[in-house]
Amino acid sequence: MSEKSDLPQGTLDLLILKIVALGPVHGYAIAQRLQQVSRDVVQVPQGSLYPALHRLENRGLLAADWKETETGREAKFYRLTRKGRGQLDTETASWQRLAEAVSLILRLSEGGAE
Amino acid sequence: MSWWSRWWRRGQMEAQLEKELRFHMEQHAADLIAQGRDPKEAMRLARLSLGGPEQVKEDCRDARGTRWLEDLWQDFRYALRTLRQKPGFAAVALLTLALGTGATTVMFTMINGVLLKPLPYSDPGRLVLVQEQTDYSTILGNLWGFTYPNFADCGRESRALAMTAWRFSNGTLSVPGPAENLNGRQISANLFSLLGIPLYRGRTFLPEEDRPGGSPVAIISDALWQRRFAGSADAIGSTLVYNGKSYTVVGVAPAGFRLDQGDADVFTPLAQDAAPYLENREAHRFLVWARLRPGATLAQAQAELALVGRRLAAQYAKSNKGRGFVAEPLRPDVGDVRSTLWLLLGAVSLVLLIACANIASLLLARAVSRERELAMRAALGAGRGRLVRQCLTESTVLGLCGGVLGIALAVIGTRPFVAFWPGSLPRAEEVHLDWHVLVFALAASLFCGFLFGLAPALRVPTQALERTLRAGARSVAGHSRRLHGSFVAAEIALAVVLLVCAGLLGRTLLRLSSLDPGLNVRNVLTARTALSPATLPYPAQIRAAWDDVLERARQVPGVEAAAMVDTVPMREGNNPIGYRTSPAEAPDNQQPVALATSVSPDYLKVMGIRLLEGRFFDGRDRMGHESVVVIDDVMAQQAYGRQGALGKHLWIDLGGDPVRVVGIVGHVRYWGPAGDDQAKVRAQLYYPFAQVPDRLLRRWSDLMSIAVRTRVAPLSVVEPLKQAVRGATGDQVIYEVRTLDQLAGDSLGRQRFLLLLFSLFAGLAMLLACIGIYGVLAYLTSRRVPEIGVRMALGATAGEVTWLVLRQSLGMILTGAVLGGAAALAAGRVLLRLVEGMRPAGLSTLAVTIPVLVLAALGASLIPALRASRLDPLIALRQE
Repeated sequence: MSEKSDLPQGTLDLLILKIVALGPVHGYAIAQRLQQVSRDVVQVPQGSLYPALHRLENRGLLAADWKETETGREAKFYRLTRKGRGQLDTETASWQRLAEAVSLILRLSEGGAE
Repeated sequence: MSWWSRWWRRGQMEAQLEKELRFHMEQHAADLIAQGRDPKEAMRLARLSLGGPEQVKEDCRDARGTRWLEDLWQDFRYALRTLRQKPGFAAVALLTLALGTGATTVMFTMINGVLLKPLPYSDPGRLVLVQEQTDYSTILGNLWGFTYPNFADCGRESRALAMTAWRFSNGTLSVPGPAENLNGRQISANLFSLLGIPLYRGRTFLPEEDRPGGSPVAIISDALWQRRFAGSADAIGSTLVYNGKSYTVVGVAPAGFRLDQGDADVFTPLAQDAAPYLENREAHRFLVWARLRPGATLAQAQAELALVGRRLAAQYAKSNKGRGFVAEPLRPDVGDVRSTLWLLLGAVSLVLLIACANIASLLLARAVSRERELAMRAALGAGRGRLVRQCLTESTVLGLCGGVLGIALAVIGTRPFVAFWPGSLPRAEEVHLDWHVLVFALAASLFCGFLFGLAPALRVPTQALERTLRAGARSVAGHSRRLHGSFVAAEIALAVVLLVCAGLLGRTLLRLSSLDPGLNVRNVLTARTALSPATLPYPAQIRAAWDDVLERARQVPGVEAAAMVDTVPMREGNNPIGYRTSPAEAPDNQQPVALATSVSPDYLKVMGIRLLEGRFFDGRDRMGHESVVVIDDVMAQQAYGRQGALGKHLWIDLGGDPVRVVGIVGHVRYWGPAGDDQAKVRAQLYYPFAQVPDRLLRRWSDLMSIAVRTRVAPLSVVEPLKQAVRGATGDQVIYEVRTLDQLAGDSLGRQRFLLLLFSLFAGLAMLLACIGIYGVLAYLTSRRVPEIGVRMALGATAGEVTWLVLRQSLGMILTGAVLGGAAALAAGRVLLRLVEGMRPAGLSTLAVTIPVLVLAALGASLIPALRASRLDPLIALRQE
C-alpha cells in the first residue's frame, strides 16, 4: 500500500458500471471489489460511491432490487440495464482511445528529449 | 422511475437510503471484526471510512434530482405558514385578489363563449361565408347577399367549395294549435349535412323537394316539437299550416340548433318557397355558406370565385357588372358585443392591476421588516437564487390561492352577469366555464403572484450582510420608499383612468337622454302584425284587412289613435332608398339616400311628430290619386337647401312616377339618441301605405306593424289588442310587442350598461387605491416614528408633523394623477371609437373626476398623518 492515486474525473462511473456488469452486486461489495481489483492502487472514496450509484440509477443505467445476501441480510443489489450496457461499451471504447493516445504522446515526448 | 414518483415516494426512498448505508457500515464493521478489531472500534472506523453518513445522504438526495421539488414543497409549506401567521394580511390580500381575478375571469368566460369558441358545427374551421362584392360602395357598403342564379352558378362551377344557401322567413302557424307568429328559415336541401349536424328525428330535405313545385315538407325545431307536438313521435308525417300553406313535417332539428342569433322554429325548402327569386339576378336575398372540400384551401376557393365572378360579369353585364364573389372564414356575428366585452375586460384588468400593486406594496413592507431574517439566512449560506425563489414562491402561493377563490367567484357570478346583460347576449348558451377559462384564470393569478412578488424578491440582501444584521429593527427603508411611492402613484393613475372613463360615459348618457327624440315616446305601443294568410293573395282584401285591423284597434278601450307603419324608430330594421330631385338617372352609388317609412294617416298623431309645414296624409291619398310624400326637415335641407321644399317633385325607387312633397315634419332620432348624429342615413321620407302598388302589396303587408297611442299604461292594452286584432278567421296575430319607451331605453342600453360597470370598477379601484395609500403611508410613517419623535422633541407642532406626512403622500398622489390623466385621455379616445354617442374627452371631465380621487386619497392618508401628529415624543424616542 505505497502509492494511492485519486480517480480521474468521471472514471468512477465507468468503474462502477464495469463491476456491476459482472453480475448483481450490492454497494459494499462494489467498494470491496474496486479496491481488490485495482490492487489497492485506486483510492475509492466510499462517500462518493453511493451518490454515484444513485445518480446512475436515476439515469436508468443501473437498476436495483432488494435481495438477501448469503448471510441472510437484505441488501440493495444493483444490476446493469440495457442502456447501462450501451453506456459501458461506449465509455470503455472512448477510455481506451484516450489512454492509447496519452501513452503515445508520453512515448513521443521521451523520444523528443533525446 | 420519473422524478415525480421519486419525489412522491421520497419517504420510502429515505428509509431505503438509510437501510442501504447501515448495511454498508455493518458489513464493513463485520469484516474489520473478523480481522480482529474491537467491535466498537470497528463501527467507528466503518463510519469514518464512509465519510459521515449524513453528508453521504445529502449527496445522495442531490443525486436523486428532485431537489428543486423538495425545496419548492418546503417553500410552499413555509408560505402557507407565514400566511396563517398573519391572518389579517392574508384575508385582505386574498379578498382583493379574489375580487380582481374573479371579475377578470367572468369577463374572460364571456369572451371565450361569445367570441373565441368556434361555431357549434362539425369542423367549423373549414366553413366559409361567401358574399357578393361590388367594386363600388353604396351607403350599405360593398358586400351584398347572393342572388339565387349567382348562387346556382357558383355552386355548379366551384371545385373547392360545397355551397348551401338560406334566408330568413317568418309567418303565421295556424295548424296545429292557436295561430302564432313563427320565425323560420328557408334552407337548401344540403344545409344540415353540409354543417355536419344530424337531425334529431326524421330526415332532411331531398334534392327534388328543394325545387319549385316540389312536395311541401318542413323540418321543425326541437322547441316547436315540444310545444306543439308534446315531443311525440307522431309529429313526423303530420301536417303543419304555415303562412296558409300545408307542409308535411319530415324532421326535427336537434335542440339548440341555430344558424344565427335568432331562434328559428320552421325550416322549409328554399328553392320551393323562394320561387319568385330563382330567376332574378337582382334580388340579393340569400345567405351563402360553404364548406371547403377535402384538400382545398381558402385561397383556391377565392381564386375560383374570382374567375366565376368575371365570367358572370361578362355574361350578365346588366346585373353583374363590377360584381364578384368573396369567401371568408365563417364567424359568429355578435355585433358590438365584441367591443363591449373587450372594453370591460380592459377595465377589470385595470382593477386587477391595482389589486396587484396593493399587494405588492404590502409584501414589500413585509420584506423590509424581514430583511434581517433574510440576511441571516444568506449569512448561513443560502444562495441568492434560493432566497429569491422562496420570495417568489410565497407570492405565487398567495396569487394562486386568490386565483382559486376568484374562479369560485366566477363560477357563481357568470350566470347572473349573463342575465344582467342588456338585451340578449349573442351565443349566451356557449358561455360557461371550461378548461380555456381555467387555464386563463390560473395563468392570470400566477402572473399576478409573480408580479407582486418581484419587488420584494429583488430586495433580497446579498451584500453588506453584517450591516443589515447590525442595523437591527431600525434599518430605515430608505430605498424602499421610492418603490412604495411608485406603487401608490401607479394605483392612483389606474384609478384615474377608470374614473375618467366612467365620467365620460356618464356625461354622454346625460347628454343623450336630454336630446329631443323628435317624437313623444310616452304611451305608445308598437307590434308587428300578420294578416290572415287567406287574404294575402288578393291586394284588395289586403287593403280591406288593414283598414279593419286599424278600426278594431281604435275600438280597444284606452286607445286614442292607431296607425300602421313598416319601420318603427329605434327598432331593428330600416328601409333606405335612393331618391333624386330631377328625373335624370344617377348611378347607384351617387344617389342621395333617405329612410323610407310607409304609414297610414294617423301615424303623426300616434307618434307625436311635429308637423312643420304643409299637411300629413289623409283619406284622399289613395291609389289613383296623385302620389305624395312627406319629408323631414333634415331631408328638406339635404334635397332642396334653404328653398321651400313644399310642392316639389321627387323621383324615388318605389313606383316610377315622380311624387310630390306635401308636408315637412320634424326629424325623428330614428337610430336612437346615441346613433342618430353619426348615422349614415338621416334624411327621412314618409309615403302612404294606401299608395303602395298592388304588385308590392303582399311584401309590404308582411313588414307592417301597428302603433297605438293610449290614454292608459300602454302595456295594459296588449291583451285586449291581441283579441281585437285576431279577426273573423282568428288567425291574425301581433308579435314583438314593444312600447316606444322600451325601444328608447334599449337603444341606450349599451351605454347605460357600460356606465354602470365602469362606475362599479372605478369605485372599486378608488377604494383599493385608498386602502393602498393608507397602508403604504401607515407603514412608512411607522418607520419614521423615531425621527418624528426627535422632531417633536425639538419643538415641531402637531400641524407640522401632519403636514410632513401629508406632503409625502401628496407627492405620490399628484404624480399618479398626472400620469393617470394622460392615460385617461388615451382611454377616452378608445371609448370614442367604440361607443356610439361619445364626444371627445374634454378637460372638463378630467377637472371634475380627478379632484374627487385626489381628495379621497388625501383623506386616506390623513389617518396615518393625524396618528403621527399625536405621538408622544418620549415613547417615540424610546422605540429605538
